[in-house]
Amino acid sequence: MNNTELIKKGLPKRYRREKRFRLYGMMAVMVGFIFLLILLTDIISKSLPAFSQHWIQLEVQFDPDVLGVAADAEGKALRHANYRAILKRAIRAEFPDVSKRRDKSKLAALISSSAEYELRDMLIEQPYLLGKAKTVWVRADDDLDTYYKTADKANAVRLTEKQIAWADRLQENNLIESRFNSTLFSDGDSREPEQAGIRGALVGSLYTLLVTLLLSFPLGVSTAVYLEEFAPKNRWVDLIEVNINNLAAVPSIVFGLLGLAVFINYFGLPRSAPLVGGLVLTLMTLPTIIIASRSAIKAVPPSIRQAALGIGASKTQTVFQHVLPLAMPGILTGTIIGLAQALGETAPLLMIGMVAFIVDIPQGFVDSATVLPVQIYLWADSPERAFVAKTSAAILVLLIFLVVMNGLAVFLRKKFERSW
Amino acid sequence: MVETDINMRTELMESTQVQSVDRSDTKVADMKQQVNATIGEPFAKDPKMQARQVNVYYGNKQAIFNVSLDLGKNEVVALIGPSGCGKSTFLRCMNRMNDTIPICRVEGNITLDSEDIYADAMDPVLLRARVGMVFQKPNPFPKSIYDNVAYGARLHGLAFNKAELDEIVITSLQKAGLFDEVKDRLHEPGTGLSGGQQQRLCIARTIAVSPEVILMDEPASALDPIATAIIEELIDELRQNYTIAIVTHSMQQAARVSQRTAYFHLGKLVEIGETNQIFTNPKHELTENYITGRFG
Repeated sequence: MNNTELIKKGLPKRYRREKRFRLYGMMAVMVGFIFLLILLTDIISKSLPAFSQHWIQLEVQFDPDVLGVAADAEGKALRHANYRAILKRAIRAEFPDVSKRRDKSKLAALISSSAEYELRDMLIEQPYLLGKAKTVWVRADDDLDTYYKTADKANAVRLTEKQIAWADRLQENNLIESRFNSTLFSDGDSREPEQAGIRGALVGSLYTLLVTLLLSFPLGVSTAVYLEEFAPKNRWVDLIEVNINNLAAVPSIVFGLLGLAVFINYFGLPRSAPLVGGLVLTLMTLPTIIIASRSAIKAVPPSIRQAALGIGASKTQTVFQHVLPLAMPGILTGTIIGLAQALGETAPLLMIGMVAFIVDIPQGFVDSATVLPVQIYLWADSPERAFVAKTSAAILVLLIFLVVMNGLAVFLRKKFERSW
Repeated sequence: MVETDINMRTELMESTQVQSVDRSDTKVADMKQQVNATIGEPFAKDPKMQARQVNVYYGNKQAIFNVSLDLGKNEVVALIGPSGCGKSTFLRCMNRMNDTIPICRVEGNITLDSEDIYADAMDPVLLRARVGMVFQKPNPFPKSIYDNVAYGARLHGLAFNKAELDEIVITSLQKAGLFDEVKDRLHEPGTGLSGGQQQRLCIARTIAVSPEVILMDEPASALDPIATAIIEELIDELRQNYTIAIVTHSMQQAARVSQRTAYFHLGKLVEIGETNQIFTNPKHELTENYITGRFG
């Protein structure tokens, strides 16, 4: 048997192996894709109810006697009036047959507690309504809202039989309307699901990430440039390198403890603040950025450095005019990966108090705030059924945030990419 | 023959003598002719750069042994020799490009117009502006053709306005023989040119800072014969204004472009002389073996 025949004999086996390997690869991709699809479908379908909210139409009498204010009250005097009472009267007017005290309070429970504040704001803004009647839309309580949204109405509902009957009657009388839930995007956290929004967490995440970006990008890139281009090659630099690589593998909660001990206890920075969160996440992100930047800088062909040096550019000019621009796509990719990691981080933020229940939307870097992943964690922990949908919605928002960030990374990389 | 030569130039040998070769490398030791000292005249009448007793070490490994060599004004010196013989290393000592390699150590004395280039007073940035370099692989910046050539002038502040910069760019491109080919696309990326054009662009970039010496490290090794011929013609023209040292692996190229040729072997300068003489009547057996293709 000569060589040609030998090779020929082995060929089918080789091709089979190649085919098999390609099949494995495709299967791996498919499995990954299917899981992604399942995850997305699950999150999206679960989150859908969170994007709508049911409202109840009521004929409200702004009766000064019931409100407990003077007939010509204005401004401050209206602030502490009894709006709950006029709401109760309004809903009882729809159900005149309800007479028992217990039933009456069950009936009033169908209305969200946020309604009284809305009425208050409306009256303070339009004082002429005092003593008059007006048709208003108020939010349904989360239990009622959930009842309308669930298909399996028999089991999965927290309403009493009577309440269910009233709910059906409201719907028959066209007093119920489903609207887009803008509260989800305009409000902060709340104990009441129908009033809870992710804006506080979203803004908190933005502030925190901004601090992280502003600190970790310049620090990380300068460290990488120094270590790669200027540092002498000695034992100390080796030690620093090993330590940076190790830091990348440190569990993130350790950084949280460090932040608690250093930034809050020692430097006395405020608790729960995006500033501290950003500082802690900077510590966590720095190794990622440094490692990515170093490999990007290392990948710049030495011929470019030689060309610049050969013309008489100084070391610094070579680095900043030639090496850094060419390394920039890689550096940006590393930075975005680091920031995406920071965006999804919960553990270190728990340590510095960003897990607190915060209703107000943070106005600056030292206001109390929470972040999206922590908000998801908090909502997932809440007993109200309506928070299940809210949790999924928050996850969806977090995912969109991530996709936008990655899209930005791809855009920047394309923009800075240059061939040589 | 070696003995007589040494006797003839005892004076010079005082300074250029190399310790007698005591190598474990038996293949080289087999060659009866040991490299004791440079044969030929390493010094030029009108020197631009002078290297004296240069030793270069990479860590503990010595790469250049006691080389003394002059680059005369307006002459092209070709450095030839087998791979790893130290000719590129030597070339890179002439504008301190070796500074960028941390483990590299240079001993000896190299002067440019009698100024010691390794003295503290000599700024490597200024030196590299005066002693330009063209590399083996064309390495244009990923910028436009115009910006490539203008880079050095901008860097050193050689042009005071746009018109002057344009002038520098155009003259440099003309001198490099590239202008006619690229005049319509000066603002397109330099990396889009062909290999030969890229190398001429690099030459234009080098001469845009008006250096006094140009060092070329195998400038045509990555090019086809036609592009090579253009570069060689260019080198001959550039000789009018610049001092040129060129490292090459092509014997024909050395013969065509240079006035003097230096043959390096294992870090030693074995023989140097007029290019004609080296190629027609080499004195050292190693040189003869190399240029006749029996070795190397």
